[in-house]
Amino acid sequence: MASPGNAPEPVIELRGVEKHYQMGDTLVKALHGVDLKILPGDYISILGPSGCGKSTMLNILGCLDQPTIGQYFLSGQDVSQLSDDDLSQVRGKRLGFIFQSYNLIQQLTVVENIEVPLYYQGVTEKESREIAVALAEKVGLGTRLDHRPTELSGGQQQRVAIARALANDPAVILADEATGNLDSKSGGDILQIFDELNADGKTLILITHDEGMAMRTSRTIRLKDGSVAYDSYTERQLA
Amino acid sequence: MNVAGIIKEFSLFRLKRSVILGVKSLWMHKLRSLLTAMGIVFGVCSVIAMLAIGEGASYEAQQQIKDLGSQNIILESVKPSSKTTAGEQERSLILEYGLTYNDISQIRATVPGVLVTIPSREVKDFIWNEAQNVDGAAVGTVSWFPEMRNRNMVRGRFFTELEMSMRAPVCVLSKSLARQLFPLTEPIGDTVRIQTSYFRVVGVIDDDPAVAASNDEKEAAGDQGDGMEMMIPITTLEDHFGEVIFKYRSGSFEAEKVQLHDVTIRIGEPDEVMPASLAIRHILERNHKQVDYRMTVPLDLLRRAERTKQIFNIVLGSIAAISLLVGGIGIMNIMLATVTERTREIGIRRALGAKKKDIVIQFLIETVMLSGAGGVIGVALGLAIPIMITHFAEMVTIIELWAPALAFTISVMTGILFGIYPAVRAAGMNPVEALRHE
Ligand SMILES: Nc1ncnc2c1ncn2[C@@H]1O[C@H](COP(=O)(O)OP(=O)(O)OP(=O)(O)O)[C@@H](O)[C@H]1O
Ligand SMILES: [Mg+2]
Repeated sequence: MASPGNAPEPVIELRGVEKHYQMGDTLVKALHGVDLKILPGDYISILGPSGCGKSTMLNILGCLDQPTIGQYFLSGQDVSQLSDDDLSQVRGKRLGFIFQSYNLIQQLTVVENIEVPLYYQGVTEKESREIAVALAEKVGLGTRLDHRPTELSGGQQQRVAIARALANDPAVILADEATGNLDSKSGGDILQIFDELNADGKTLILITHDEGMAMRTSRTIRLKDGSVAYDSYTERQLA
Repeated sequence: MNVAGIIKEFSLFRLKRSVILGVKSLWMHKLRSLLTAMGIVFGVCSVIAMLAIGEGASYEAQQQIKDLGSQNIILESVKPSSKTTAGEQERSLILEYGLTYNDISQIRATVPGVLVTIPSREVKDFIWNEAQNVDGAAVGTVSWFPEMRNRNMVRGRFFTELEMSMRAPVCVLSKSLARQLFPLTEPIGDTVRIQTSYFRVVGVIDDDPAVAASNDEKEAAGDQGDGMEMMIPITTLEDHFGEVIFKYRSGSFEAEKVQLHDVTIRIGEPDEVMPASLAIRHILERNHKQVDYRMTVPLDLLRRAERTKQIFNIVLGSIAAISLLVGGIGIMNIMLATVTERTREIGIRRALGAKKKDIVIQFLIETVMLSGAGGVIGVALGLAIPIMITHFAEMVTIIELWAPALAFTISVMTGILFGIYPAVRAAGMNPVEALRHE
């Protein structure tokens, strides 16, 4: 991959990405013509009206879905044509997910939930337990290791989800309206953790409706009707 | 998805964690898991129990037949039914029927493979010890009778060939008879009387297996029972009672002329038994105008018993197959519901790096644990029921070791078979849609 000058290698690059859905007779273009470069250490918020394609884009970035047209390079590797198993591998190893509704596994305890990504990477029991306990402590849940998700508040559950997203030390963390279900106090706590993670050098991509949250991030991307309408990084209005 | 790949990548470490995870997931719905496993439980349990009972019954039947001697052919004289005897014989006071010495010598001379014959003749009358008496029979036979008929001595000895040729007045009592006549004293050395003849007791022999079982019940009910017989040398019998046997029964007078009541023919080779039985039947049909004999071929009975058992096993196998099928369908039904219910969990796992095969294995392990647990409980119950039947109903039951092993294996296989579809369906879900599932 050719990189211009001595600019750092992008961790994510989308080239002409489109996502089409066939709805009966009509073709819905959820994304069209998205070009995007994300550099390591970027702290990005993606904003836009409902239905503009934010989640669709995040799913593609998260390798949960593949573009209909276009290419997606993750750390220089074209992942838009990978097999299902390889995509699973990429998700488990290089990406971390945080969802609006926490998405913890109900029958598992806090520490076991954090261990799930490690389990699929074949990390030994002892090692994975050490990592999980350390992460639980990092998000302030060191005393709740054996609690089940139903015994935790929303904010606490989301912190477990963050710890889980960090378990495999991923290159990029993706969050789809991570504070959407939380009150402003616990939402603020979560954002505090995101700030700290970015300060540690993590690349974060956050989808949000909250302009205040967008202010905290170093880069803002606005989507409109499936394409990038504004990107603070390029410092210019595209449309 | 290829199975070999799944197995290769699946380490023991993962198996252990998957099993723990499966237990947790099943434990979340205890009642549902239990009810689901029930189908398998009953299938496995009923098969093992029925097999044990069937084996026991057939063993008992076969044992009784084997006690008769599988290389023997047994002939018995039967008093012809009154219809056939109507006419001349009615007026003559002496009823003449049954097997003759002539039959025996023809059989010995013409039927190939005949090793020995054991003729016997009996006199039915009261047998006395002092004032004690029992309605029984004196059976005249030969000294090799116990060996050929698989009867064991309980005490003392059987009479000898020498005593036979000397026409000695000795006798051997059947166990039941000895118990009735000598409830308190030792019979051996004592004498018993039948009509006007006295015999010295030299031994006690076990009961005829054909009547032994029913005897115990009768005696328990206070009845006298069958098989009240004393064996004496056939030669002695002839000396004492002559050709015509008189009987005084409840006031009426009866006389019979029967040369032989019972003949056991021992055939040298098992292969020769069936052809010999045909030849013997042929000879008897020619010699006897009316059917005043009965022929029993234990080997033939044994074969029939084996056939019956085969049919029983086929029926049992079908029941087992159907019940496991029903159990399997129950499991599949629940697993499909579970997969739908846990769609979101599947999406989460896929997002966190689970491959399709990881999901397949996770759900397969759950179904196999369900069916395996059902199998274990089923085996336990299936073993307990025959043991209880043996204990309380005093019926012979036989548990073949392979039966629980096979039933358990099949229950696990059922789990795999019926678990594959739900598991593959779970793995095939689109991660994005699975995550959106409510
Ligand atoms: N599986 C699908 N099938 C058909 N159309 C879809 C599918 N997923 C998304 N779309 C369409 O794509 C467009 C973008 O959807 P998307 O979920 O990305 O919006 P969004 O920006 O995340 O909205 P919101 O802020 O409400 O979450 C919408 O018009 C939606 O109807
Ligand atoms: Mg959305």
